[in-house]
Amino acid sequence: MRERPLSPHLSVYRFKYTLTTSISNRVSGLVLSLALPVLVYWLMAAANGAEAYARARELLGHPLARVIYAVLLLAWSYHLLNGIRHLVWDTGRGLERRQSQKSAWFVGIASIVLALILIYVTLFSRGGTP
Amino acid sequence: MSLRSPLGRVLGRGAAHEGVSEWWTQRVTAVALVPLTLWFLFSILALPALDHATVVEWMQGGWTTVLLVLFVVTAAWHSQLGVRVVIEDYVHAPGAKTALLILVTFAHVLLGAAGVFAVLRIAFGGAAA
Repeated sequence: MRERPLSPHLSVYRFKYTLTTSISNRVSGLVLSLALPVLVYWLMAAANGAEAYARARELLGHPLARVIYAVLLLAWSYHLLNGIRHLVWDTGRGLERRQSQKSAWFVGIASIVLALILIYVTLFSRGGTP
Repeated sequence: MSLRSPLGRVLGRGAAHEGVSEWWTQRVTAVALVPLTLWFLFSILALPALDHATVVEWMQGGWTTVLLVLFVVTAAWHSQLGVRVVIEDYVHAPGAKTALLILVTFAHVLLGAAGVFAVLRIAFGGAAA
């Protein structure tokens, strides 16, 4: 059987802001999914006692891990705000082109500002976490 | 010509109203995760330190235990639904798609169960010292 083209064939779309905001929502969601094993690893380590926790803390507190936390905070900020945008859409509001463009800009800028604040507070203002 | 199946017509029950259940669950878990993730982030930030004793003491607070369990379960559920949609959209080979969907479901159930177990073990004082 001949290979049939299946949706979504991304290469055929003209670039638009809708494409960026939509794919960013998915990418940030997938990134946050990867945080789930990290969270569970941390919880399991705490349940397994002080020694196991100390070992996990060494790994989770590694300087390179901070880069991962920064990415996670950005992904969370965006997914949170754009998720709320989607929930508003689900009520049938804000779907007009002008409104959707405005909310796209708002979510983009606000999520970066929120992420920068959170990154500063969590990773820089208090010495070595976690 | 009717598009309804003969069986559907005989049973006469109409739509089961379950067609949107995954879509709906994704929204409900999304709404729940707004306060849960905010609570989790600010609780962690409010802890004076992240050493074992402090973290365990925090997790043993009654409401903290309940909210942590809800957080882990809701996050795993929402994540599973989201990753599922991505696989359904981008993986086209039927075998690989089914295998991946099963794998992703197993992984999420495992993570959810492990997270809940860990929190409860700490809450009920079963954590190793």
